[in-house]
Amino acid sequence: MPSATTTRDPAPPACVLDRQGLDALVQALRARGRTVIGPTHRGGAIVLEELRSAAELPYGWGVELDGGHYRVVRREDEAAFAHSAGPQSWKNYLLPERVRQWTADRAPDGELTVRQERHPPASYAFLGVRPCDLRAIAIQDRVLLGGWHRDDAYQARRNGAFLIAVECTEPGATCFCVSMGTGPAAGPGYDIALTEVLDETGHRFLARAGTAEGAEVLAGLPQRDADAATRTAAAEAVESAAGRMGRSMPPVDLHTLMASSLEAERWDEVASRCLTCGNCTMACPTCFCTTTEDITDLTGDHAERWSRWESCYDLDFSHLPGGPVRQSGRSRYRQWLTHKLGTWWDQFGSSGCVGCGRCIVWCPVAIDITEEAHALHQEQLARRAAGEGTP
Amino acid sequence: MTDPPVPYRVLDTRPETADTVTFRLAPAGRALPPFAPGQFAMLYAFGVGEAPVSVAGILPDSGLMHTVRAVGAVSRALHRLRSGDVVGVRGPFGTGWDLPLAAGDDLLVVAGGIGLAPLRPLVQAVLAAPQGYGRLNVLVGARSPDDLLYREELGGWALPYCGVTVDRAGAGWPGRVGLVTALLDQARFSPAETTAFICGPEVMIRATARELLHRGVLPQRILISLERNMHCATGHCGHCQLGPLLLCRDGPVVGYDRAEHLLTVREL
Ligand SMILES: Cc1cc2nc3c(=O)[nH]c(=O)nc-3n(C[C@H](O)[C@H](O)[C@H](O)COP(=O)(O)OP(=O)(O)OC[C@H]3O[C@@H](n4cnc5c(N)ncnc54)[C@H](O)[C@@H]3O)c2cc1C
Ligand code: SF4
Ligand code: SF4
Repeated sequence: MPSATTTRDPAPPACVLDRQGLDALVQALRARGRTVIGPTHRGGAIVLEELRSAAELPYGWGVELDGGHYRVVRREDEAAFAHSAGPQSWKNYLLPERVRQWTADRAPDGELTVRQERHPPASYAFLGVRPCDLRAIAIQDRVLLGGWHRDDAYQARRNGAFLIAVECTEPGATCFCVSMGTGPAAGPGYDIALTEVLDETGHRFLARAGTAEGAEVLAGLPQRDADAATRTAAAEAVESAAGRMGRSMPPVDLHTLMASSLEAERWDEVASRCLTCGNCTMACPTCFCTTTEDITDLTGDHAERWSRWESCYDLDFSHLPGGPVRQSGRSRYRQWLTHKLGTWWDQFGSSGCVGCGRCIVWCPVAIDITEEAHALHQEQLARRAAGEGTP
Repeated sequence: MTDPPVPYRVLDTRPETADTVTFRLAPAGRALPPFAPGQFAMLYAFGVGEAPVSVAGILPDSGLMHTVRAVGAVSRALHRLRSGDVVGVRGPFGTGWDLPLAAGDDLLVVAGGIGLAPLRPLVQAVLAAPQGYGRLNVLVGARSPDDLLYREELGGWALPYCGVTVDRAGAGWPGRVGLVTALLDQARFSPAETTAFICGPEVMIRATARELLHRGVLPQRILISLERNMHCATGHCGHCQLGPLLLCRDGPVVGYDRAEHLLTVREL
């Protein structure tokens, strides 16, 4: 039997990094050959890009969010992570927009040689994964890796990704992670979790490891043991964030609400506003649908199969030789919402929404998923009151 | 994405109707795992694309038979195949026909148009072991006499009942005209001990299933095969959703007890 001293605790107690410590973290990950991706302020938005140093983080920038509205604003403090979800999400790296799946070559005798694409092993470190996005990654894992068939290319990218979660202390006006049970505290799945603390004693990050590699990386950084004041300040900042959510879902089982709302009148109302542009699906960190493209080169004997993001709002999405199944905008919005909040449970055992609010912000006509869920709930209550409701 | 297509060589092709061909394939090298009746393959026409196609026949030595109706780019390319050509095949995918469920039951096999293709290997499996089942009825509907699949073979099947009906009879058609459900009056089955297998256009599936329910067949004993757009067949592309079902994974064969309420919602 191994003695207690030979089993090393993979999660050492919390430590505190200052701004130099954070930069040391970026450098340490780069030194390990990882491409560090994190938020930075560019072109009027907080975007995800490769970071060469922590100085590129959006220190002092926040965001002002609302339905169809996004604006970067200067903050009075120097917080690095005081912004909520931006236009991209980590799926842009883990499930890129366009991926070559295989190539095929045809010999003169008709012989076919098919080669699976061997993706060079990506080695990312994601810095600043919000708790909602941490859950979104876990949800895509379920979809792409948890079934009978596994997406090997996704698996390779996922295996190579080192996740540094940053808990939310400054929720946006469109956030509702509390309703979805995904934040503002970080759930499982991170290698390192940080909580940003900014008070009269200084600007610092409470850090703890979630994996052995996370612990190893942290151990190599200039740091100090977590003091009680920092721990308390971090816990309070996260707790306070939970009380300042900009949006919330109706307090009902959304899965059954969706299943009993397929013929709701609300779909006509939302369809009269929805442009079926698909922005919400592109911005959503869990939306995973793809289509395929088959191309040949000029010789006609070399062919490639690509997959690329596709939206359920596209008319062609439900294409059948006899015509699309979902012709109306009403049916396409319904498909999206009932999938996110309802049938995702049936298909993958969880909600498909993590409450990040991206779909609300990036909808050109400010359609709000929480408002739609409330409206469906109200309609259900009204139907019940009228005595004709579904149970 | 999971495994890429595996090359299969076309052994022979046979025109079935004006727009439908049947071809047999044999692995050019490595073979795929065995297919069961009701399952489907993704057939890759070089450079054009893939289409989900049911197995219409399960042949010795990992051979496959498919019957394809030309309706679009990929199916037209498959239609043009000649013996010796090579296609890519992925599979097997999907739920097959649940034959063990039907043990001891009378069987109703109801096909509309190309829907007979996925039912053919089921009929063959039952004919190969008839003692396990009650009476086997095959009911076939087609647009016209010229659109009937497997004509000669149909005539050769030794069945308690085999009925054929067409929407529009041409000159010299001695048979029946009308909906496939009208054949149920001649079929020999005890509704409470019957398992039905239905494939065809969705309106035909719904009409047949409703009629069977009305006659007392249990909804979970009515198995239907549904079609939706499919790109990956591995549960990752999202196209084949029908409410809670991912039809490449939870289908294409689904019990009517699960599908009925989904099929009554328009544009789901
Ligand atoms: C489980 C299952 C089993 C089947 N079994 C059989 C069978 O045994 N025999 C048979 O004949 N048929 C069968 N089908 C139907 C067959 O798969 C379709 O007829 C076939 O996919 C049509 O493809 P196509 O390229 O010929 O036609 P198209 O209508 O051109 O469609 C081809 C593909 O391209 C895509 N596409 C087409 N147009 C567009 C566009 N404008 N924009 C974007 N995408 C587009 C579609 O999404 C589609 O997947 C089956 C279908 C399913 C789901
Ligand atoms: S549905 Fe909207 S709020 Fe929910 S995860 Fe997707 S983008 Fe975020
Ligand atoms: S809800 Fe908004 S973002 Fe989504 S498709 Fe409709 S208009 Fe576009």
